[in-house]
Amino acid sequence: MAFTDTVRVLRSRAPRVRGLASPRKHPMAAVGLFLLLVYVVVAIVGPAFVGDPLRTSAADALTSPGATHLLGTDRFGRDVLARAVVAARMDLLMGLVIALTAAVVGSVIGVVAGYAGGSVDEAIMRVTDVILAFPGFVLALIIVAVLGDGIPNVVVAVAVAYSPYFVRLTRSRALAEREREYVDAAALSGNPRWRIALRHVLPNSLGPAYTQATLVAGWAILDVAGLAFLGVGIQPPTAEWGVMVAEGANDVLTGAWWTALVPGALIVLLALAFQMVGDDVQGSRR
Amino acid sequence: MNRFLLRRTLTTLITLFGIVTVVFFLVRVLPGDAAVLRAGPYADAARLAQVRAQYGLDRPLLEQYGTYLAGVVHGDLGTSTVSSSSVTYELMGRMPASLEIGLYAVVLACLIGIPLGVLAAAREGGWIDRVVRLVAAAGSAMALFWLGLLLIYFLFYRLRWFPGPVGRLPSGVDPPATITGMYTVDALLEGQPDVAWQAARALMLPVLTLVIVLVAPILKMVRGSMTEVLATDYVRTARAMGLSRREVLFRDGLRNAMLPVITAIGIVFGYMLGGNIIVETLFSWPGVGRYANQAIKNHDLDALQGFVILVGVLYVLLNVVIDICYGLLDPRIRLGRRSN
Repeated sequence: MAFTDTVRVLRSRAPRVRGLASPRKHPMAAVGLFLLLVYVVVAIVGPAFVGDPLRTSAADALTSPGATHLLGTDRFGRDVLARAVVAARMDLLMGLVIALTAAVVGSVIGVVAGYAGGSVDEAIMRVTDVILAFPGFVLALIIVAVLGDGIPNVVVAVAVAYSPYFVRLTRSRALAEREREYVDAAALSGNPRWRIALRHVLPNSLGPAYTQATLVAGWAILDVAGLAFLGVGIQPPTAEWGVMVAEGANDVLTGAWWTALVPGALIVLLALAFQMVGDDVQGSRR
Repeated sequence: MNRFLLRRTLTTLITLFGIVTVVFFLVRVLPGDAAVLRAGPYADAARLAQVRAQYGLDRPLLEQYGTYLAGVVHGDLGTSTVSSSSVTYELMGRMPASLEIGLYAVVLACLIGIPLGVLAAAREGGWIDRVVRLVAAAGSAMALFWLGLLLIYFLFYRLRWFPGPVGRLPSGVDPPATITGMYTVDALLEGQPDVAWQAARALMLPVLTLVIVLVAPILKMVRGSMTEVLATDYVRTARAMGLSRREVLFRDGLRNAMLPVITAIGIVFGYMLGGNIIVETLFSWPGVGRYANQAIKNHDLDALQGFVILVGVLYVLLNVVIDICYGLLDPRIRLGRRSN
């Protein structure tokens, strides 16, 4: 390889992820992004505008939506709107943290497997296969049951359930990337193997992981709420959507639909927003 | 084909072994004392020691693991702390109830999802296609517990079209004698159509809840792979040779699009195995999912661990069946070459 070639290869960067195209070309992604924006704004400034989500009032129990309580109250007389808005911050944050954790951990492991190859690769992929042998929700369920309740434990459990997806995605990209010239160039310049893997191969293998992370954020929110609905992970009286649905489920059977159906709708709409963005971007890349 | 089968059997055994190992050690990481959980909070030291000896908890971890593994190989998943009976026995007794919901839901989801997906692909960009894409996106982002509650509220509380979430049969109706354990089937075999109808009515809401969610991945896969197949040369040739649109769609098109569809059905089964915990809890359905939920509430470790292993094993075996279907549908795979 001529010197100029080496310089060119060293300077060349991986193709960047293209920015989102125009809203007209991606109507689904545009709608999804708009929804996400609304949720983010509510999560950031909303809690300052609503009352105490934990204040109970026996006299106001199960008031239907109206002027004083816009979304009614639950069986303890707590304001559903206040609880739902405060929960937005927690659920959104948990979805993002879980997706990020799963993406970072999974991608690093995936790159190591793809770049190192051989027995390291074989061992990592076997473990990944075993984790993937459980439906994600069941795996998260048993991990929380073992670790005990608590927000960090839920984050770890759901992130563990989703990281294998990133291991597979990034590994298959890394397998292709390690044959590229810039990897040879980096090796010739005397970089140690770990540095090549993490500084050179990893950033160039992340492409598909970005869209996957968007989808995982939505699914993670569904899983967190689903666990809370079963009474696992996040416990009452925390203002969290899944907890709210669990607490209100019995009241729905007596007609107080707002206690459980409102927070549930907020979960589904948020998950749908992530899904729309992820789907549209994934579809356009194929 | 033989080498393929041999290799597949080996990897399956390794995965099954991995599942049991992972679950066993996961549960043992628990910070709590298993003996205290079993004996109850008021047990004294002597009672605790007795419980430890009884369940082998005083043995080294690896020995406990060996004992458990040997038990699992013989189909013994341990003993429930709450009921003191065999976990395998309790799970098997609840399996038909879960299977009944699951089978109806998956079959219905396929019957709805496959033709709709084909239609969407045939008229790409048309209104059917748009509706299908929307339904698929909404289904993938659906929370089962919310959807179930929503259907209960409208279709039971408001409209009274379906019975409430009180289990497999209304109170006062005796279940049919057990043949398969699935009430709708057993009642018909016993010649009790009215019982079968009651059982079917109780099934409708939980099955509908699952179908709405399960149909999404099927729609997505069928639409995607049909779109690809319809753009191939052989489909164009078939059209050019004068075959009718429908013939091309369902014979050349769907048959070649079947492989991803089977994958989707596998995904759907896996989702159902996890989702049944929520659906069965919501509808008071006495299946394995509700059993797992009760096990969590009662800190019944062996029961929970038994359920998770059962789900893992079912999922792995299902994937084996799917791989065999691949081989049957696509002669190229039988030769051992798999294109990924």
